[in-house]
Amino acid sequence: MPTRTTGETSGSSGVALDIDRRDLAWYVDKAVAGLVFVAGISAIIFIIGIFVFITREGIGFLTSAFDFKEFFGSPAWRPTSERKATYGALALIAGTASVTGLAMIVSVPFSLGAAIFIGEFATGKTREALKILVELLAAIPSVVWGFIGLSIMNPLIIETFDVPIGLNILNSGIILGLMAAPIMTTIAEDALKAVPDSYREAAEALGATRWQVTRRVVIPAAKNGLVAAVLLGVGRGFGETMAVLMASGHSVNMPTSVFDSVRALTATIAAELGETAMGSDHYRALFTLGILLFVVTFVINLTADLVVRGIRKR
Amino acid sequence: MFETTALNTRSRRIEGLVRILFLMMAVMLILPVLIILGMLIARGGPVLSWAFLTTPPTNGMTAGGILFPLVGTVWLVTVALIASVPVGVAAAIYLSEYAPDNWLTRVINLAIINLAGVPSIVHALFGVGAFVLFFRFGTSILAASLTLAVMTLPVVIVATRESLRSVPRAFREACWNMGATRWQTIRKVVLPNAISGILTGVILEVSRTAGETAPIMFTGAAFFLPFLPQGVLDQTMAMSMHLFVISTAVPGVPEELPYGVALVLISMVLVMNALSVGFRMYLRGKKKW
Repeated sequence: MPTRTTGETSGSSGVALDIDRRDLAWYVDKAVAGLVFVAGISAIIFIIGIFVFITREGIGFLTSAFDFKEFFGSPAWRPTSERKATYGALALIAGTASVTGLAMIVSVPFSLGAAIFIGEFATGKTREALKILVELLAAIPSVVWGFIGLSIMNPLIIETFDVPIGLNILNSGIILGLMAAPIMTTIAEDALKAVPDSYREAAEALGATRWQVTRRVVIPAAKNGLVAAVLLGVGRGFGETMAVLMASGHSVNMPTSVFDSVRALTATIAAELGETAMGSDHYRALFTLGILLFVVTFVINLTADLVVRGIRKR
Repeated sequence: MFETTALNTRSRRIEGLVRILFLMMAVMLILPVLIILGMLIARGGPVLSWAFLTTPPTNGMTAGGILFPLVGTVWLVTVALIASVPVGVAAAIYLSEYAPDNWLTRVINLAIINLAGVPSIVHALFGVGAFVLFFRFGTSILAASLTLAVMTLPVVIVATRESLRSVPRAFREACWNMGATRWQTIRKVVLPNAISGILTGVILEVSRTAGETAPIMFTGAAFFLPFLPQGVLDQTMAMSMHLFVISTAVPGVPEELPYGVALVLISMVLVMNALSVGFRMYLRGKKKW
């Protein structure tokens, strides 16, 4: 029996059961419930849509010119070669990995350190101010970061290290580290905050100092959240496009030192898609790189979510 | 009874050192950004003028101002908001007011996290495949804005969901007990109490949308156009794209010009963000429950 009240109705009182209460408000209510449900699942629709549409454009490459051994084993990315186009993504994968790796080396200690300071040591105004600054740090657009790499870091690196080119792994790694730091700091701080205060109070009651409490009690309890924070930072660095395109030097290269220029997966798509003919092997190969990026970030995000869920269960 | 032992002094000294170490780490994170901001202001500041904002780029983008990219960014952000705010708010209403705690809700939340984590260039590929080609919008403001809308949807959903959840359950119960339907309750009680939180999220989305480059490169942002867009099916210039173009692809650009563009872009974004933060703090102070 449809009634206008939703939620806690008090069973079958038997009063006025024969009155049809399906007035306009009832129909509007049902219509809205349907509409918000559709909007609610929109995120799922879009995720599936992204996968379907990039696969639709890239599938032609996977079924024809794609060679597993060449794609993952050869550093020769020569899609425009006149004689024989080769699609070896190894150098691009190495480029992405080296830049992301350096970014993590630079920013993980600082991000986690900053999170611990904000979460465990700072109080009141200092804490608020630091949180806001970190948030503003996250707001700087990636193209501005790329420009900073190009025009400020580039001459700085050339001068400091006496190298011919300042657009390299070092440059983009530092830029990317600064870009990934806010997300890691924020999520790590959330993880620390999720540790119940009673844990801290118990340890402090035993005479432990703040650092002893943090090291022996809070960090072990928040371990999963901290791991998730680092994972999401890796995902952020891995998927960054404009800053890496502008600051990494963008030359196909198997890196041997931090002063080598490299080219990242994301940057390759951004630089080449505009010049390819729609439906060509090259065009489809770029969408295939997109599928690779999508799958890897999906796995990273999923893992981070499972790791976090691990703490909630306990 | 409370005599300080040697062990005690030692751990207190370590405490002090550790505290300073972590403070240094936090400062090291923020300091480079402040230095960079300072440099942008120092080098880009002299370029800024009213004429810079109100004249289009001239001489193959090596002179003139930024009127066309600026107007283009406003177009892109506006259309993206029109598309994403209703969907995002409705999705948040579902998640906060209707969704039961089941597997579907968990999948939705996972999808939101993933949507936020997909690389921006993959969103660009999606925009090309879906909006430019499949729906035949061509490279246009519409295609670019829809791509941006999908990308920034998680920002609206998460901000709105949090502000809806902060409305006490008792408010809803009081309204239900008056015989109101679920939707009447949401419209008359929940939304008015959460509207400022939603606005904070929308401002944050504006700032995200305005700064994005990769998603619009192939879906609607042009290298250079000598005129303003007339409608949503036209291409347009955009601030972020303009900065990319003049700092990498145009020869003979005077050194300080890109600094000026970067400064305007970063100011737009930071002002929006500061507004959102300030708004949130003001609300927290005002909240009665």
